[in-house]
Amino acid sequence: MLERIGVSSSKVRTPSELAGVDGLILPGGESTTISKLARIFDMFEPLQAAISQGLPVFGTCAGLILLADKIIDGTSDQETFGGLDAVVRRNAFGGQTESFETELAFEGIDGGPVEAAFIRAPVIESVGPKAKVLSSLPNGKVVAIRQDNLLGISFHPEISGETRVHEYFVREFVESK
Amino acid sequence: MSESTTGTSRVKRGLAEMLKGGVIMDVVTPDQAKIAEDAGAVAVMALERVPADIRAQGGVSRMSDPDMIDGIIAAVSIPVMAKARIGHFVEAQILQSLKVDYIDESEVLSPADFVNHIDKWKFDVPFVCGATNLGEALRRITEGAAMIRSKGEAGTGDVSEAMKHIRTISGQIRALSSMAEDELFVAAKELQAPYELVKEVATTGKLPVVMFTAGGVATPADAALMMQLGADGVFVGSGIFKSGNPIERAKAIVKATTFFNDPDVLASVSRGLGEAMVGINVSDLPAPHRLSERGW
Repeated sequence: MLERIGVSSSKVRTPSELAGVDGLILPGGESTTISKLARIFDMFEPLQAAISQGLPVFGTCAGLILLADKIIDGTSDQETFGGLDAVVRRNAFGGQTESFETELAFEGIDGGPVEAAFIRAPVIESVGPKAKVLSSLPNGKVVAIRQDNLLGISFHPEISGETRVHEYFVREFVESK
Repeated sequence: MSESTTGTSRVKRGLAEMLKGGVIMDVVTPDQAKIAEDAGAVAVMALERVPADIRAQGGVSRMSDPDMIDGIIAAVSIPVMAKARIGHFVEAQILQSLKVDYIDESEVLSPADFVNHIDKWKFDVPFVCGATNLGEALRRITEGAAMIRSKGEAGTGDVSEAMKHIRTISGQIRALSSMAEDELFVAAKELQAPYELVKEVATTGKLPVVMFTAGGVATPADAALMMQLGADGVFVGSGIFKSGNPIERAKAIVKATTFFNDPDVLASVSRGLGEAMVGINVSDLPAPHRLSERGW
Protein backbone atom coordinates (compact mmCIF):
# COMPACT_ATOMS: atom_id res chain seq x y z
CA MET A 1 0.00 0.00 0.00
CA LEU A 2 2.68 2.53 1.03
CA GLU A 3 4.87 1.49 -1.88
CA ARG A 4 1.94 2.11 -4.24
CA ILE A 5 1.63 5.71 -3.03
CA GLY A 6 5.38 6.32 -3.22
CA VAL A 7 6.22 6.17 0.48
CA SER A 8 9.10 4.06 1.77
CA SER A 9 8.36 1.97 4.83
CA SER A 10 9.92 -0.44 7.27
CA LYS A 11 8.66 -2.74 10.01
CA VAL A 12 8.91 -1.36 13.53
CA ARG A 13 9.28 -4.07 16.18
CA THR A 14 11.83 -2.58 18.54
CA PRO A 15 12.38 0.83 20.18
CA SER A 16 15.46 1.48 18.02
CA GLU A 17 13.45 0.85 14.84
CA LEU A 18 10.85 3.33 16.09
CA ALA A 19 13.41 6.10 16.45
CA GLY A 20 14.05 6.34 12.71
CA VAL A 21 10.54 6.87 11.33
CA ASP A 22 8.65 10.06 10.30
CA GLY A 23 5.25 8.50 10.84
CA LEU A 24 3.84 5.22 12.11
CA ILE A 25 0.94 3.02 11.04
CA LEU A 26 -0.64 0.84 13.70
CA PRO A 27 -2.23 -1.80 11.46
CA GLY A 28 -5.07 -4.22 11.86
CA GLY A 29 -4.68 -7.42 13.79
CA GLU A 30 -5.80 -8.58 17.19
CA SER A 31 -5.58 -5.58 19.48
CA THR A 32 -5.26 -7.82 22.56
CA THR A 33 -2.27 -9.61 21.02
CA ILE A 34 -0.63 -6.39 19.86
CA SER A 35 -0.84 -4.69 23.25
CA LYS A 36 0.49 -7.81 25.01
CA LEU A 37 3.43 -8.11 22.65
CA ALA A 38 4.16 -4.38 22.93
CA ARG A 39 4.38 -4.83 26.69
CA ILE A 40 6.45 -8.01 26.53
CA PHE A 41 8.98 -6.53 24.11
CA ASP A 42 9.37 -3.17 25.85
CA MET A 43 7.63 -1.23 23.10
CA PHE A 44 4.78 0.09 25.22
CA GLU A 45 6.40 3.09 26.91
CA PRO A 46 8.52 4.13 23.89
CA LEU A 47 5.40 4.14 21.70
CA GLN A 48 3.39 6.04 24.25
CA ALA A 49 6.17 8.60 24.55
CA ALA A 50 6.48 8.98 20.78
CA ILE A 51 2.73 9.56 20.49
CA SER A 52 2.73 12.25 23.15
CA GLN A 53 5.79 13.90 21.58
CA GLY A 54 3.91 14.36 18.31
CA LEU A 55 4.92 11.41 16.11
CA PRO A 56 2.24 11.13 13.38
CA VAL A 57 0.39 7.87 13.97
CA PHE A 58 -2.35 6.31 11.83
CA GLY A 59 -4.34 3.54 13.50
CA THR A 60 -6.58 1.26 11.42
CA CYS A 61 -9.04 -1.11 13.12
CA ALA A 62 -6.93 -2.65 15.92
CA GLY A 63 -4.67 0.40 15.63
CA LEU A 64 -7.65 2.67 16.35
CA ILE A 65 -8.38 0.66 19.49
CA LEU A 66 -4.77 1.07 20.62
CA LEU A 67 -4.95 4.87 20.14
CA ALA A 68 -8.19 5.33 22.06
CA ASP A 69 -8.09 6.83 25.54
CA LYS A 70 -10.84 4.44 26.61
CA ILE A 71 -12.17 1.14 25.26
CA ILE A 72 -15.31 -0.92 25.78
CA ASP A 73 -15.49 -4.73 25.41
CA GLY A 74 -11.74 -5.20 25.63
CA THR A 75 -10.22 -7.94 27.73
CA SER A 76 -9.94 -7.13 31.43
CA ASP A 77 -6.20 -6.48 31.29
CA GLN A 78 -6.13 -4.79 27.90
CA GLU A 79 -4.09 -1.59 27.75
CA THR A 80 -4.03 1.11 25.09
CA PHE A 81 -1.39 3.67 24.20
CA GLY A 82 -4.10 6.34 24.21
CA GLY A 83 -4.02 9.80 22.67
CA LEU A 84 -7.40 10.00 20.94
CA ASP A 85 -10.07 11.67 23.08
CA ALA A 86 -12.66 8.99 22.33
CA VAL A 87 -14.31 5.82 23.55
CA VAL A 88 -13.92 2.89 21.15
CA ARG A 89 -15.95 -0.33 21.26
CA ARG A 90 -14.17 -3.52 20.16
CA ASN A 91 -15.91 -5.98 17.80
CA ALA A 92 -18.83 -3.55 17.65
CA PHE A 93 -20.58 -5.32 14.79
CA GLY A 94 -20.26 -8.89 16.11
CA GLY A 95 -18.35 -11.83 14.64
CA GLN A 96 -16.89 -12.42 11.22
CA THR A 97 -20.23 -13.18 9.52
CA GLU A 98 -21.15 -9.53 10.23
CA SER A 99 -17.98 -8.22 8.57
CA PHE A 100 -18.83 -6.11 5.52
CA GLU A 101 -17.71 -3.81 2.73
CA THR A 102 -19.22 -0.40 2.01
CA GLU A 103 -18.49 3.10 0.69
CA LEU A 104 -18.17 6.18 2.89
CA ALA A 105 -17.93 9.95 2.56
CA PHE A 106 -14.67 11.06 4.26
CA GLU A 107 -14.04 14.71 5.12
CA GLY A 108 -10.86 15.95 3.48
CA ILE A 109 -10.80 13.23 0.80
CA ASP A 110 -12.09 14.18 -2.65
CA GLY A 111 -12.95 12.08 -5.66
CA GLY A 112 -16.01 10.19 -4.46
CA PRO A 113 -16.70 7.90 -1.53
CA VAL A 114 -13.93 5.88 0.12
CA GLU A 115 -14.04 2.08 -0.20
CA ALA A 116 -14.00 0.51 3.24
CA ALA A 117 -13.82 -3.07 4.56
CA PHE A 118 -14.99 -3.53 8.15
CA ILE A 119 -13.58 -6.78 9.57
CA ARG A 120 -14.68 -7.60 13.13
CA ALA A 121 -14.36 -3.86 13.34
CA PRO A 122 -14.55 -1.41 16.24
CA VAL A 123 -16.64 1.79 16.23
CA ILE A 124 -16.02 5.11 17.90
CA GLU A 125 -18.74 5.14 20.49
CA SER A 126 -18.27 8.71 21.68
CA VAL A 127 -15.96 11.52 20.65
CA GLY A 128 -14.51 14.03 23.11
CA PRO A 129 -14.10 17.76 22.37
CA LYS A 130 -10.45 17.43 21.35
CA ALA A 131 -11.12 15.00 18.49
CA LYS A 132 -12.77 15.73 15.15
CA VAL A 133 -15.10 13.37 13.27
CA LEU A 134 -14.11 12.67 9.66
CA SER A 135 -16.49 9.90 8.64
CA SER A 136 -19.59 8.07 9.85
CA LEU A 137 -21.78 5.20 8.67
CA PRO A 138 -25.32 5.99 7.43
CA ASN A 139 -26.65 4.97 10.89
CA GLY A 140 -24.53 7.67 12.51
CA LYS A 141 -21.81 5.44 13.95
CA VAL A 142 -18.49 7.28 13.85
CA VAL A 143 -15.72 5.38 12.04
CA ALA A 144 -12.93 7.95 11.51
CA ILE A 145 -11.53 10.72 13.71
CA ARG A 146 -8.43 12.89 13.94
CA GLN A 147 -6.76 14.77 16.78
CA ASP A 148 -3.43 16.60 16.62
CA ASN A 149 -0.87 14.07 15.34
CA LEU A 150 -3.26 11.10 15.37
CA LEU A 151 -5.64 9.60 12.79
CA GLY A 152 -7.86 6.65 13.73
CA ILE A 153 -10.26 4.69 11.52
CA SER A 154 -12.40 1.58 12.13
CA PHE A 155 -11.95 0.04 8.71
CA HIS A 156 -9.34 -1.31 6.33
CA PRO A 157 -8.88 0.78 3.18
CA GLU A 158 -5.98 -1.46 2.12
CA ILE A 159 -8.20 -4.55 1.83
CA SER A 160 -10.26 -2.74 -0.82
CA GLY A 161 -7.17 -1.34 -2.56
CA GLU A 162 -8.24 2.17 -1.48
CA THR A 163 -5.13 4.40 -1.36
CA ARG A 164 -6.63 7.79 -0.54
CA VAL A 165 -6.82 7.44 3.23
CA HIS A 166 -3.13 6.55 3.45
CA GLU A 167 -2.37 9.46 1.10
CA TYR A 168 -4.44 11.70 3.37
CA PHE A 169 -2.39 10.59 6.38
CA VAL A 170 0.91 11.25 4.61
CA ARG A 171 -0.27 14.64 3.28
CA GLU A 172 -2.03 15.96 6.37
CA PHE A 173 0.06 14.48 9.18
CA VAL A 174 3.53 13.48 8.01
CA GLU A 175 4.47 15.99 5.31
CA SER A 176 2.89 18.94 7.12
CA LYS A 177 4.78 18.25 10.33
CA MET B 1 -23.91 5.74 -0.46
CA SER B 2 -24.00 2.14 -1.58
CA GLU B 3 -25.35 -0.71 0.50
CA SER B 4 -23.03 -2.65 2.73
CA THR B 5 -22.27 -6.25 1.76
CA THR B 6 -21.28 -9.13 4.05
CA GLY B 7 -19.49 -12.36 3.14
CA THR B 8 -17.40 -10.93 0.30
CA SER B 9 -14.10 -12.51 -0.70
CA ARG B 10 -12.32 -9.40 0.52
CA VAL B 11 -13.70 -9.54 4.05
CA LYS B 12 -13.22 -13.32 4.21
CA ARG B 13 -9.61 -13.17 3.06
CA GLY B 14 -9.18 -9.92 4.99
CA LEU B 15 -9.71 -11.53 8.38
CA ALA B 16 -6.92 -14.00 7.61
CA GLU B 17 -4.72 -11.01 6.70
CA MET B 18 -5.33 -9.65 10.21
CA LEU B 19 -4.14 -12.92 11.76
CA LYS B 20 -0.80 -12.86 9.91
CA GLY B 21 2.27 -13.26 12.07
CA GLY B 22 0.17 -14.87 14.77
CA VAL B 23 -0.53 -18.19 16.45
CA ILE B 24 -3.88 -20.00 16.37
CA MET B 25 -4.25 -22.52 19.19
CA ASP B 26 -6.43 -25.63 19.53
CA VAL B 27 -8.54 -25.48 22.70
CA VAL B 28 -11.10 -27.87 24.13
CA THR B 29 -12.49 -25.83 27.05
CA PRO B 30 -13.29 -22.17 27.82
CA ASP B 31 -10.42 -22.19 30.37
CA GLN B 32 -7.94 -23.27 27.73
CA ALA B 33 -9.35 -20.59 25.40
CA LYS B 34 -8.67 -17.95 28.07
CA ILE B 35 -5.12 -19.23 28.52
CA ALA B 36 -4.61 -18.99 24.76
CA GLU B 37 -6.02 -15.46 24.61
CA ASP B 38 -3.95 -14.35 27.59
CA ALA B 39 -0.83 -15.78 25.96
CA GLY B 40 -1.43 -13.62 22.89
CA ALA B 41 -3.02 -16.10 20.45
CA VAL B 42 -4.68 -14.28 17.51
CA ALA B 43 -7.49 -16.86 17.37
CA VAL B 44 -8.50 -20.18 18.88
CA MET B 45 -9.71 -23.39 17.26
CA ALA B 46 -12.56 -24.86 19.31
CA LEU B 47 -12.71 -28.64 19.20
CA GLU B 48 -13.70 -31.53 21.44
CA ARG B 49 -10.46 -33.45 21.33
CA VAL B 50 -7.04 -32.27 20.25
CA PRO B 51 -5.55 -34.31 17.38
CA ALA B 52 -3.25 -36.30 19.70
CA ASP B 53 -6.32 -37.60 21.57
CA ILE B 54 -8.27 -38.25 18.37
CA ARG B 55 -5.30 -40.33 17.29
CA ALA B 56 -5.07 -42.17 20.61
CA GLN B 57 -8.80 -42.82 21.01
CA GLY B 58 -9.66 -43.58 17.40
CA GLY B 59 -13.24 -43.88 16.13
CA VAL B 60 -15.16 -41.40 14.01
CA SER B 61 -14.34 -37.81 14.80
CA ARG B 62 -16.99 -35.15 14.14
CA MET B 63 -17.88 -31.47 14.55
CA SER B 64 -17.85 -30.38 18.20
CA ASP B 65 -20.91 -30.01 20.42
CA PRO B 66 -22.55 -26.56 19.84
CA ASP B 67 -22.71 -25.96 23.62
CA MET B 68 -18.98 -26.41 23.86
CA ILE B 69 -18.39 -24.03 20.95
CA ASP B 70 -20.79 -21.46 22.47
CA GLY B 71 -18.88 -21.69 25.74
CA ILE B 72 -15.62 -20.88 24.02
CA ILE B 73 -17.12 -18.03 21.97
CA ALA B 74 -18.43 -16.56 25.23
CA ALA B 75 -15.09 -16.94 27.00
CA VAL B 76 -12.86 -14.97 24.61
CA SER B 77 -12.97 -11.87 22.44
CA ILE B 78 -10.49 -13.06 19.79
CA PRO B 79 -11.81 -14.91 16.70
CA VAL B 80 -13.05 -18.46 17.26
CA MET B 81 -12.63 -21.13 14.58
CA ALA B 82 -14.19 -24.57 14.54
CA LYS B 83 -13.76 -27.71 12.45
CA ALA B 84 -16.19 -29.39 10.07
CA ARG B 85 -15.55 -32.75 8.43
CA ILE B 86 -14.32 -32.66 4.83
CA GLY B 87 -17.40 -32.45 2.59
CA HIS B 88 -19.86 -32.16 5.49
CA PHE B 89 -21.65 -29.00 4.41
CA VAL B 90 -24.36 -29.37 7.04
CA GLU B 91 -21.82 -29.28 9.87
CA ALA B 92 -20.57 -26.10 8.18
CA GLN B 93 -24.10 -24.67 8.07
CA ILE B 94 -24.45 -25.37 11.80
CA LEU B 95 -21.09 -23.75 12.58
CA GLN B 96 -22.11 -20.68 10.57
CA SER B 97 -25.35 -20.53 12.52
CA LEU B 98 -23.31 -20.63 15.76
CA LYS B 99 -21.46 -17.57 14.42
CA VAL B 100 -17.96 -18.98 14.52
CA ASP B 101 -15.50 -16.61 12.82
CA TYR B 102 -13.80 -19.21 10.59
CA ILE B 103 -14.50 -22.83 9.65
CA ASP B 104 -11.65 -25.30 9.22
CA GLU B 105 -12.69 -28.01 6.75
CA SER B 106 -10.30 -30.39 8.36
CA GLU B 107 -8.65 -33.73 7.69
CA VAL B 108 -8.22 -34.07 11.47
CA LEU B 109 -11.89 -35.10 11.61
CA SER B 110 -13.17 -38.18 9.78
CA PRO B 111 -14.00 -37.20 6.18
CA ALA B 112 -17.69 -37.22 5.29
CA ASP B 113 -17.12 -37.22 1.54
CA PHE B 114 -14.24 -38.98 -0.16
CA VAL B 115 -14.83 -37.20 -3.47
CA ASN B 116 -16.01 -33.64 -2.90
CA HIS B 117 -15.10 -30.86 -0.53
CA ILE B 118 -17.63 -28.28 0.70
CA ASP B 119 -18.74 -25.59 -1.78
CA LYS B 120 -17.41 -22.78 0.39
CA TRP B 121 -18.72 -19.95 -1.83
CA LYS B 122 -22.20 -20.61 -0.44
CA PHE B 123 -21.22 -19.38 3.02
CA ASP B 124 -20.76 -15.93 4.56
CA VAL B 125 -18.32 -17.37 7.08
CA PRO B 126 -14.81 -17.86 5.67
CA PHE B 127 -13.07 -21.24 5.44
CA VAL B 128 -9.51 -22.39 6.00
CA CYS B 129 -8.45 -25.68 4.38
CA GLY B 130 -5.38 -27.87 4.56
CA ALA B 131 -3.07 -28.58 1.64
CA THR B 132 -0.02 -30.74 1.10
CA ASN B 133 0.92 -29.23 -2.26
CA LEU B 134 0.14 -26.24 -4.49
CA GLY B 135 -2.46 -28.04 -6.62
CA GLU B 136 -4.43 -29.03 -3.53
CA ALA B 137 -4.22 -25.45 -2.19
CA LEU B 138 -5.49 -24.01 -5.48
CA ARG B 139 -8.33 -26.54 -5.67
CA ARG B 140 -9.44 -25.47 -2.19
CA ILE B 141 -9.23 -21.79 -3.17
CA THR B 142 -11.30 -22.58 -6.27
CA GLU B 143 -13.94 -24.06 -3.96
CA GLY B 144 -13.92 -20.81 -1.95
CA ALA B 145 -11.31 -21.28 0.80
CA ALA B 146 -10.19 -17.85 2.08
CA MET B 147 -7.10 -19.14 3.89
CA ILE B 148 -4.80 -22.14 3.43
CA ARG B 149 -2.76 -24.05 5.98
CA SER B 150 -0.13 -26.57 5.07
CA LYS B 151 -1.33 -29.81 6.65
CA GLY B 152 1.60 -31.40 8.39
CA GLU B 153 0.74 -34.48 10.42
CA ALA B 154 -1.55 -33.37 13.25
CA GLY B 155 -1.26 -34.84 16.71
CA THR B 156 2.28 -36.14 16.36
CA GLY B 157 4.56 -33.38 17.58
CA ASP B 158 6.72 -34.34 14.59
CA VAL B 159 7.31 -31.28 12.43
CA SER B 160 8.74 -33.16 9.45
CA GLU B 161 5.48 -33.38 7.49
CA ALA B 162 4.72 -29.69 8.03
CA MET B 163 8.22 -29.03 6.73
CA LYS B 164 7.62 -31.22 3.69
CA HIS B 165 4.30 -29.55 2.85
CA ILE B 166 5.40 -25.95 3.20
CA ARG B 167 8.59 -26.65 1.23
CA THR B 168 6.55 -28.39 -1.46
CA ILE B 169 4.07 -25.51 -1.78
CA SER B 170 6.76 -22.82 -1.74
CA GLY B 171 8.91 -24.77 -4.20
CA GLN B 172 6.00 -25.24 -6.60
CA ILE B 173 5.23 -21.51 -6.42
CA ARG B 174 8.85 -20.68 -7.23
CA ALA B 175 8.79 -23.13 -10.13
CA LEU B 176 5.65 -21.48 -11.57
CA SER B 177 7.22 -18.02 -11.26
CA SER B 178 10.13 -19.07 -13.45
CA MET B 179 8.04 -20.64 -16.21
CA ALA B 180 7.44 -19.17 -19.64
CA GLU B 181 3.83 -18.11 -20.17
CA ASP B 182 3.14 -20.87 -22.66
CA GLU B 183 4.27 -23.47 -20.10
CA LEU B 184 1.59 -22.49 -17.61
CA PHE B 185 -1.16 -24.35 -19.47
CA VAL B 186 0.51 -27.68 -18.89
CA ALA B 187 1.48 -26.63 -15.36
CA ALA B 188 -2.22 -26.07 -14.63
CA LYS B 189 -3.02 -29.50 -15.99
CA GLU B 190 -0.32 -31.12 -13.88
CA LEU B 191 -1.32 -29.24 -10.74
CA GLN B 192 -4.96 -30.15 -11.44
CA ALA B 193 -5.88 -26.54 -10.77
CA PRO B 194 -7.62 -23.84 -12.83
CA TYR B 195 -5.40 -22.03 -15.33
CA GLU B 196 -6.45 -18.54 -14.17
CA LEU B 197 -5.34 -19.22 -10.58
CA VAL B 198 -2.11 -20.85 -11.75
CA LYS B 199 -1.36 -17.79 -13.87
CA GLU B 200 -2.10 -15.47 -10.94
CA VAL B 201 0.29 -17.38 -8.68
CA ALA B 202 2.96 -17.39 -11.41
CA THR B 203 2.63 -13.61 -11.76
CA THR B 204 2.48 -12.64 -8.08
CA GLY B 205 4.79 -15.34 -6.73
CA LYS B 206 2.43 -16.13 -3.88
CA LEU B 207 -0.93 -17.66 -3.08
CA PRO B 208 -3.90 -15.28 -3.41
CA VAL B 209 -4.78 -16.00 0.24
CA VAL B 210 -2.88 -16.13 3.51
CA MET B 211 -1.01 -19.39 4.17
CA PHE B 212 -0.46 -20.64 7.71
CA THR B 213 1.21 -23.88 8.61
CA ALA B 214 0.00 -26.67 10.88
CA GLY B 215 0.52 -30.20 12.03
CA GLY B 216 3.26 -31.25 14.42
CA VAL B 217 4.42 -27.86 15.72
CA ALA B 218 5.36 -28.46 19.37
CA THR B 219 8.12 -26.01 20.34
CA PRO B 220 8.99 -22.32 19.88
CA ALA B 221 11.77 -23.46 17.55
CA ASP B 222 9.27 -25.40 15.41
CA ALA B 223 7.07 -22.29 15.10
CA ALA B 224 10.01 -20.08 14.14
CA LEU B 225 11.18 -22.70 11.64
CA MET B 226 7.83 -22.55 9.87
CA MET B 227 7.93 -18.74 9.84
CA GLN B 228 11.46 -18.68 8.43
CA LEU B 229 10.25 -21.01 5.67
CA GLY B 230 7.69 -18.39 4.69
CA ALA B 231 4.52 -19.30 6.59
CA ASP B 232 2.25 -16.32 7.38
CA GLY B 233 1.46 -17.78 10.80
CA VAL B 234 1.16 -21.00 12.75
CA PHE B 235 -1.57 -23.33 14.01
CA VAL B 236 -0.60 -25.20 17.15
CA GLY B 237 -2.81 -28.13 18.01
CA SER B 238 -1.84 -30.67 20.61
CA GLY B 239 1.56 -29.04 21.16
CA ILE B 240 0.42 -26.64 23.86
CA PHE B 241 -2.18 -28.34 26.00
CA LYS B 242 -0.51 -31.77 25.78
CA SER B 243 2.72 -30.32 27.17
CA GLY B 244 3.94 -30.01 30.76
CA ASN B 245 3.41 -26.26 31.13
CA PRO B 246 0.76 -25.00 28.67
CA ILE B 247 0.70 -21.39 29.93
CA GLU B 248 4.42 -20.80 29.50
CA ARG B 249 4.62 -22.81 26.30
CA ALA B 250 1.73 -20.87 24.75
CA LYS B 251 3.42 -17.55 25.54
CA ALA B 252 6.77 -18.80 24.28
CA ILE B 253 5.34 -19.97 20.95
CA VAL B 254 3.64 -16.58 20.44
CA LYS B 255 6.91 -14.75 21.09
CA ALA B 256 8.87 -17.12 18.87
CA THR B 257 6.39 -16.59 16.02
CA THR B 258 6.75 -12.80 16.26
CA PHE B 259 10.54 -12.80 16.60
CA PHE B 260 11.13 -15.81 14.37
CA ASN B 261 14.31 -14.28 12.93
CA ASP B 262 15.99 -13.45 16.22
CA PRO B 263 17.92 -16.42 17.65
CA ASP B 264 18.57 -14.57 20.93
CA VAL B 265 14.86 -14.17 21.57
CA LEU B 266 14.27 -17.78 20.46
CA ALA B 267 16.92 -19.05 22.88
CA SER B 268 15.45 -17.11 25.77
CA VAL B 269 11.85 -18.19 25.13
CA SER B 270 12.88 -21.84 24.72
CA ARG B 271 14.07 -22.04 28.34
CA GLY B 272 12.14 -23.46 31.25
CA LEU B 273 9.12 -24.78 29.37
CA GLY B 274 9.03 -28.23 30.98
CA GLU B 275 8.14 -31.32 29.00
CA ALA B 276 7.10 -30.94 25.37
CA MET B 277 4.22 -33.11 24.20
CA VAL B 278 5.10 -36.74 23.78
CA GLY B 279 5.86 -37.15 20.11
CA ILE B 280 5.10 -39.86 17.60
CA ASN B 281 7.46 -40.19 14.65
CA VAL B 282 5.42 -39.92 11.48
CA SER B 283 7.45 -42.74 9.97
CA ASP B 284 6.15 -45.04 12.73
CA LEU B 285 2.54 -44.31 11.79
CA PRO B 286 0.91 -46.89 9.57
CA ALA B 287 -0.30 -45.21 6.36
CA PRO B 288 -4.05 -45.53 7.12
CA HIS B 289 -3.50 -43.42 10.24
CA ARG B 290 -1.86 -40.52 8.43
CA LEU B 291 -4.30 -37.63 8.48
CA SER B 292 -2.49 -35.59 5.84
CA GLU B 293 -3.49 -38.13 3.18
CA ARG B 294 -7.14 -37.19 3.70
CA GLY B 295 -8.34 -34.56 1.21
CA TRP B 296 -8.02 -34.68 -2.57
